[in-house]
Amino acid sequence: MSNAAGEEVHDVRLHVNGSVHEVQVPARRLLSDALRHDCGLTGTHVGCEHGVCGACTVLVGGRPMRSCLMLAVSAVDAEITTVEGLTEADGSPEGRLSPVQQAFSDCHGLQCGFCTPGFLTTITAGLRDNPDPSEDEAREMIAGNLCRCTGYQNIVKSVLRAAALRDGRGATSSGTENLEDA
Amino acid sequence: MTTKLFGTKVARVEDQRFLRGQGRYVDDLLHDDPRLLHSAVLRSPHAHARITDIDVSDVLDLDGVLAVWTYDDLTGPMAEPLPLLIPHPTLTHGRTQYALAKDEVNYVGEAIAFVVAVDRYVAEDAVSRIRVDYDYLEPVVGIDAARAAQRLVHDDVPGNVGARMEQENGDARAAIADAPHTLTLDLDIERSACTPMEGRGTVARWDPDTSRLTVWSSTQTSTGVRGCVAAKLGLDLARVDVITPDVGGGFGVKINHPWPEELLVPLAAMTLGRPVKFTEDRREHFISSAHERAQQHHVEVGFDDDGRLLGLNVEFWHDHGAYTPYGLIVPIITSTQLLGPYKPLNYRVVFESLYTNTVMVTPYRGAGRPQGCFVMERTMDAIAAYLGKDRTEVRSTNFIQPDEFPYEHGLVFQDGRELTYDSGDYPASLAKLKELVGWDEFEQFRAEMAAQGRRVGIGLACYVEGTGVGPYEGAHVHIETSGKVKVATGLTTQGQGHQTAFAQIVADTLGVRFEDVEITTGDTRKMPYAVGTFASRAAVMSGSAIHLASLRAKEKALRIAAEALEADESDLEIVDGVVSVRGTDASPGTRIDLGTVAVLSNPLRYAFDEASKAATQFSVGDPGRPPVAEDDEPGLEGKDFYSPQRSTFANGMHAVIVETDPDTAEITILKYAVVHDCGHLINPMIVEGQIHGGVAQGVGGALYERMVYDESGQLLNASFMDFLMPYVTEVPTTIDIDHLETPSPLNPLGIKGAGEAGVIPSAAVFAAAIEDAEGFPITAMPISPSELYALRLAHADDPAEAAEAATTTAG
Ligand code: FES
Ligand code: FES
Repeated sequence: MSNAAGEEVHDVRLHVNGSVHEVQVPARRLLSDALRHDCGLTGTHVGCEHGVCGACTVLVGGRPMRSCLMLAVSAVDAEITTVEGLTEADGSPEGRLSPVQQAFSDCHGLQCGFCTPGFLTTITAGLRDNPDPSEDEAREMIAGNLCRCTGYQNIVKSVLRAAALRDGRGATSSGTENLEDA
Repeated sequence: MTTKLFGTKVARVEDQRFLRGQGRYVDDLLHDDPRLLHSAVLRSPHAHARITDIDVSDVLDLDGVLAVWTYDDLTGPMAEPLPLLIPHPTLTHGRTQYALAKDEVNYVGEAIAFVVAVDRYVAEDAVSRIRVDYDYLEPVVGIDAARAAQRLVHDDVPGNVGARMEQENGDARAAIADAPHTLTLDLDIERSACTPMEGRGTVARWDPDTSRLTVWSSTQTSTGVRGCVAAKLGLDLARVDVITPDVGGGFGVKINHPWPEELLVPLAAMTLGRPVKFTEDRREHFISSAHERAQQHHVEVGFDDDGRLLGLNVEFWHDHGAYTPYGLIVPIITSTQLLGPYKPLNYRVVFESLYTNTVMVTPYRGAGRPQGCFVMERTMDAIAAYLGKDRTEVRSTNFIQPDEFPYEHGLVFQDGRELTYDSGDYPASLAKLKELVGWDEFEQFRAEMAAQGRRVGIGLACYVEGTGVGPYEGAHVHIETSGKVKVATGLTTQGQGHQTAFAQIVADTLGVRFEDVEITTGDTRKMPYAVGTFASRAAVMSGSAIHLASLRAKEKALRIAAEALEADESDLEIVDGVVSVRGTDASPGTRIDLGTVAVLSNPLRYAFDEASKAATQFSVGDPGRPPVAEDDEPGLEGKDFYSPQRSTFANGMHAVIVETDPDTAEITILKYAVVHDCGHLINPMIVEGQIHGGVAQGVGGALYERMVYDESGQLLNASFMDFLMPYVTEVPTTIDIDHLETPSPLNPLGIKGAGEAGVIPSAAVFAAAIEDAEGFPITAMPISPSELYALRLAHADDPAEAAEAATTTAG
């Protein structure tokens, strides 16, 4: 089987955010491109394509992986979670923001939003391993992701606030009044 | 009563879509359109060469490739050089590149050929099969080589000098000659770049059914791109729409336009009859977008016993790279904003803007101000060291005083207007900064640290930033019959939260609920008159325009409501979208909601729903008058433009305490303090976020980031692996911020711009603190631990100088 460019393509079944996506991709297609352009999940962003910025981070089997450093064909049968899959079901079509997402909103943890999906996935996994990080541990958790807008100050606050929200500490209502006690 | 939102930390409305992965950045667009094509660019691997032949024959028969363009395929205006956006009389030798190189390349990364294919992978395959023959020319790399002018970048530009510009207020050289004390300094700043997380990108679609071209571009000026696309492709402006979708950061680089791809993508879309996309990758961003910062300065200063600046004479050399599309804006800003909050009695500045065979230079956040601030603040510190005075004292002596505003410098600013500061309170700012950083307690801290064998230093730096430059911005406010308020302003957004901050202004001015306001930016279909987002101008310019347009809509709403309620306009108020007679209860006949006012504003023949029946011809209107009065128009709308006579000047001061490791020369930030005055704050949360981001970029620029070119003009560190952008581990763990709010008298909201402030004083403040810790002069930035270590060795070789530096720079 080949595509419009005459390249051999492979049938790949990707499990993303609980749905199955059957895609046909050449062996060299990056997972980031497959997610964005074949599955239409454009929430995962590409900032460098060489594994340094972390914008493309998705969870593969629950672990943060740089999707620009994986080939789509190598992700067959893995459970993949992208930023679109982080919201929690609450009966509404769009779902409720997860504690990590809510914390970013509460603490102004994002500006242009381009790096944000990679931080959200990274922190989601990080808090599963360490639900109650110290401020230093919060920094450590995000130390592999680049953001050019925020200077990281409010991202660190967001990690701590997300931990509190997961714990049931702190109201989940939005509102930046919460900034101070984050 | 509607709560006043101006000045409060309102959570951002744009966050919802970003946090859910529902943002729409340019590379996300049309992804489900099977007709979408992708492109890639062949870029010069050489810094300076003549192209003798381009052979694309291997490309066209590749499966999946649709077309390839080289210069020879371009016709008409597309075959002309790209526009020189900001001409200036002293830019006697301005040069711009072609969309695709014609005969010669002048930097590594210059576009040579453009390939369109079914996907990006195939397009890149094709690019690698294009064969180009070159005649190599010796490149000019760096300011020294450009000044030496043994080789020329452009044959017809003698001395590599694009422009030489001089401004003088008084007679600086005479004042220096007569001054009791004089010093000279030679100072250097290296190249860096904006480096937004999202690179450039453009998508275009030609619609043959409507004969319209739609272009989406990751730009800081959609109206600018629109004008260029129409002119270059020979289309009527009315046939071109440019939309700026979500943008993953700009910081200046996306204000330059048109990039070659911004023209080639629409050209390809029209030629091939299919939508086409270009997405820049990270390496391309390094080698083919724009850089900034590199300058060399020579300073002569004369001063009295108090450190009062009697004469300041600055000569500098600005590396503008291979081309000058953005004119002289960066060096003009350096030459004028160098003055900061000070008033030298005599000032002369002269600069040469020089060609080199490197990526061109256009504004990067701060746009020439960080260099100017570095030079002025280094000079202040040198004077303090020479006189043995506290560094804050010398600064205070030279401050423009609060009662001296408006203060005229006798120079011309980047907007062609007189350099006149509108307002500020520099002594108050300094007092706050000293307090915030613990300036007066620092010697005690130094002693305590010294007792532990640790070496610390403190530095401060002050700046003034001209913000909100003209010529204008506009806004259109439309109150729909649902009561929802749709607002459009033409400038673009790259993460500044305009949808929130501007909605706050509308909600307050109009008296509507924040949730009912929707802001659109950067869409030429909704607001075709606009300039762009740069120079910390969005809040000032569009904020003011939106305020004015909201007032117009309000005026009209009150007029119509007064008629409907048979009340006097002056008795009416609008709260939460309802017009009512002030002081009355909620009885019917005393109130009318804005949606109904909108219905009444548009006399109808045909009702389209229940509410609109109220506006039909048998229900409304005075049969003795035309349904729309002569000086009126249908609809509840307001449109206005804000065009200030000149810029408004924000200011601030930063201080940092650093520790330098006695063995490794590693530089650690112990405390970072910011005092900032950008007039009234619309949303303090957003302003603080801007400062955080600016400081982080400043830390990068001062301690880590540099563009490393080798002598052949290759950029050696064109990746995030090698160009060291700060992670969280490199930025201060806290940034202490204090605000002053000295309103600007120039705009209705009293605001000044805030976007660039965080980055301006960084090189200056770190140089000062490191110098203070080490005891020898720091004259070049950025500085790495290895460079600091080398300086230590050099000064150890010269014990006398080291000792002198150590005594004169204390305190
Ligand atoms: S895009 Fe994958 S790490 Fe940067
Ligand atoms: S929010 Fe823009 S890069 Fe992080």
